[in-house]
Amino acid sequence: MRRIEPLIEAVVHICGFSAVFFVIAIFWFVFEEGASFLWNTLDWGQFLGSIEWYPSSESNRRYGALAMIVGTLSVTMLAMAIAVPFGLGGAIFVSEFSSGRTREVLKVVIELLAAIPSVVWGFIGLMLINPLIMSVFDAPMGLNVLNGALLLALMSVPIMVSIGEDALKAVPDSYREAAEAMGATRWQVVWRVLLPAARNGLLAAVLLGVGRAIGETMAVLMATGHAIHIPTSPLDSVRTLTATIAAELGETARGSDHYQVLFVIGMLLFTMTFAINLIADLTIKGVRR
Amino acid sequence: MTAQRSLLALLSLPLIGGLLLTACGEGNRGRSASDEVKPGDAGGKVTIQNKGSDTMVNIAQAWAETYNKARPQVAIAVSGGGSGTGIAALLNKTVDIANSSRELKAEEKEKIKQASGKDPVEHTVAYDALAIYVHKDNPLQKITKEQLAGIYAEKGTTELWADLGVTIPGCTDGKIVRISRQNNSGTYEYFREWTLGKGDFKLGSRDMQGSKDVVDTVSQAPCAIGYSGMGYKNDTVRWVGVTTSADAPGVEPSVTTVHDKTYPISRALYMTTAGEVSGESARYLQWIQSAEGQKIVETNGFVPLPTDQIKPAPQ
Repeated sequence: MRRIEPLIEAVVHICGFSAVFFVIAIFWFVFEEGASFLWNTLDWGQFLGSIEWYPSSESNRRYGALAMIVGTLSVTMLAMAIAVPFGLGGAIFVSEFSSGRTREVLKVVIELLAAIPSVVWGFIGLMLINPLIMSVFDAPMGLNVLNGALLLALMSVPIMVSIGEDALKAVPDSYREAAEAMGATRWQVVWRVLLPAARNGLLAAVLLGVGRAIGETMAVLMATGHAIHIPTSPLDSVRTLTATIAAELGETARGSDHYQVLFVIGMLLFTMTFAINLIADLTIKGVRR
Repeated sequence: MTAQRSLLALLSLPLIGGLLLTACGEGNRGRSASDEVKPGDAGGKVTIQNKGSDTMVNIAQAWAETYNKARPQVAIAVSGGGSGTGIAALLNKTVDIANSSRELKAEEKEKIKQASGKDPVEHTVAYDALAIYVHKDNPLQKITKEQLAGIYAEKGTTELWADLGVTIPGCTDGKIVRISRQNNSGTYEYFREWTLGKGDFKLGSRDMQGSKDVVDTVSQAPCAIGYSGMGYKNDTVRWVGVTTSADAPGVEPSVTTVHDKTYPISRALYMTTAGEVSGESARYLQWIQSAEGQKIVETNGFVPLPTDQIKPAPQ
């Protein structure tokens, strides 16, 4: 046993560091595939400032990603506007207002919600929410920002509930007891004591939800209508960055400008999710202190 | 806190996984390096190199797989890249059969003749037709090429169904909802070429991932118009007759109108060889043009050859 101990230790070490290796390797892969286009050809002004996305034009190729950036942000923001109240409300209810059987059942069901594959969510958007939006809002198409945002909200609520609940549980019971001893109602305890005390953890829960929403591909590809368009209302169709990569990469010639610009979009997404996850991680660290 | 850490890693997985998967899909299509293999060599395994039109990649793949099952000693390596790529490869003698969704240009014929000493032969293997789909409640009977360009072109100004003289029950705001395809599909390119030549589509169309998605979307949206293969018609959508001039009546797509070339948005699909081929390549082409090969044409949403052009199955 003594002799194999260092071996096991080494294996565990490798397992631990492999995650770092994979992140770096993936970043390198994405960067390398798009690098020559990024340095030599890409017109940043056009990429970030124009909506004209014509990567396969015969006469005039243009690579403007603005509509997709705005599309991603609009779907994510609307999703968060729907998901944050539900997610945090759910976390407060599970952590503070439910107990015993109810609480166990709720936790299991919410975790089940997180386990539904995104392509199934996409089907729900296409087949169920699409006609629903058309009849409720009398819209010409039900594949739009609202549809995508509803799906993303449903997908990120479970994350917010479980992490939010962890954060609320991390607040020491002595806080609650002290507040109740002062004669505070349960609502006052939540609003005045728990929410401020768990602020960082709840913020991290929200940011992780945002990260989930930005990176999601399949559901938004199917539900947002996939139209290059700056939305002026939640009932407009949009196209997201992730959906563009998923839709176009499969059939582009390897190494072509079109192929490479899709990898530049990948880098942009990587940077966005990385920044959000980093902020979330730092806020979680904040809660420890 | 560790639970949150691993959650962080998990959250970034879908994005990364998606990137990797789509990237890997690209590598499988390559041409095997057996350029030296002459079709018809006695004994051993024969590989027929087949390259060209992206429109035809799926059907060429389906032909190759079915044929290979029946005749395992012949493997067919199929790859895309476009009609021009396939013809160039035929010219460089790196393929045996080039797939092309257009006729050869005169200079291409000349070059192939110079390179190989033989006249190229274009074997018609199927027809491709795009139908214009609208919702079943849409009363539009006829649409001209010019009107389609007005709706779809980058500089086109047709935004309302009223501009085409129709009102559709259930389409409240009267705006035309354009359904299109993702910008690297062969269908997208053919429709763009037919309506707009070298021009580009107007932004803001809903770009679907497949021919069937286009029809499904049109069937749900009364304001919509879309283009797709003929194989997807059902009771919830209608075809609009197409014409190139305003005075002529609209022609609906059908096997007959495609064969007699009266339906305008249709084209023949060719498999081109340098000279008349013999051996395995000839046998393969004959099989494609036989009843069995033409059945695959229909299941892939294309139009099969007229009955009198169907060849007997090779022995």
